Amino acid sequence: MASDSNANVPPSTDEFVKGLWRENPVFVQVLGMCPTLAVSNTARNALAMGLATMVVLVMSNAVISAIRNLIPKQVRIASFILVIASFVTVVEYLIQAISLELHKALGAFISLIVVNCIILGRAEAFASKNRLLPSVLDGLGMGLGFTFALFCLGAVREVVGSGTLFGVAAFPGAYQEWVIMILPAGGFFTLAGWLLLFNHLEARRAARATTGATP
Amino acid sequence: MSQESLVSIFLGASLINNFVLAYFLGICPFLGVSSKLETATRMGGAVTFVMLISSMCAYGIQALLVAIDAPYLKLISFIAVIASAVQLVEMFIKKTSPALFRALGIFLPLITTNCAILALALFQTNKGYGFVECLVYALGGGVGFTLALVLMAGLREKLALAETPGVVRGTALALVVAGLLSVAFMGFAGLGGS
Repeated sequence: MASDSNANVPPSTDEFVKGLWRENPVFVQVLGMCPTLAVSNTARNALAMGLATMVVLVMSNAVISAIRNLIPKQVRIASFILVIASFVTVVEYLIQAISLELHKALGAFISLIVVNCIILGRAEAFASKNRLLPSVLDGLGMGLGFTFALFCLGAVREVVGSGTLFGVAAFPGAYQEWVIMILPAGGFFTLAGWLLLFNHLEARRAARATTGATP
Repeated sequence: MSQESLVSIFLGASLINNFVLAYFLGICPFLGVSSKLETATRMGGAVTFVMLISSMCAYGIQALLVAIDAPYLKLISFIAVIASAVQLVEMFIKKTSPALFRALGIFLPLITTNCAILALALFQTNKGYGFVECLVYALGGGVGFTLALVLMAGLREKLALAETPGVVRGTALALVVAGLLSVAFMGFAGLGGS
């Protein structure tokens, strides 16, 4: 099977590392925008959402990779969605049991992990073509990258918008909050700012690579 | 059962709590399809249609699930219904109007993963709307989605001609524009009196 061509190669750490930075799902691939923007108004919500998504991503990658040869090609998307929806239901009840307060804060966005394009994208692009261990590593890396990106957004929005970080005051003395950063518009602006930073770093690295190649 | 009037539900879903600009739902098609005015309009129409159908189905399924006492099946059955509704719409359009089918192209199957549609089904059950209220809510959500998409497409068509620095081009610029649109939509707050 052509898609299993790398079956004899031992899983490298690259499957894990690539999701963190080089192929970061939010900053580089621009996937999963809806939960990214909606629940990143505080650092705590952002971390919780990132971890919940990571759990679903790892579990669904593992199951889909394990049953990839049993699924007929025509119904694969529907099968993937059903696997993902089952795990999301599990995670939703889990969060409700651990912290009702968190469940209220995240609201419908826990259920909406089902339609997060990152998860379906990784299932289709990676887990359906690779063996179990690389798929789990891939899910772990992508999940951590997603959590990292959410945390970047959430921390900035919470510090600037409410003057706190994880509920602890971030500035000594009185601070005039930028209320707009907590509101929906602030999410768009913060993400745009991070994307600009990433574009800038990428452009500088590319420029250095070309000058280095032709001395 | 909610006591809101139908008009306030419609205004609430389309303007005040606009699905795209206030709830961040359906951002992927919002950023992906909003570079041309014509495709944006068609996409909005297709999404509104699927929203109406899946809202009706979700209402029936919710009643059934309550009857057999299995609320944990809600998510799985909703997503299955939406996927099959999109499939049905696709087949229907293909039979009746091949021209429209070709115009919509790849956007039609992609509606399945538009989170605005699943969110609409979940919100309407959370709010406990009746059948007519569900329909009005779905219509409002669809109109709001179309409105945001068309506004965004108009702005981006103008922006494509403007001179911008290389770093800003693409998604970053689109996000800043979306943020400004979102600020503008905040002006609708309090309109419906809710």
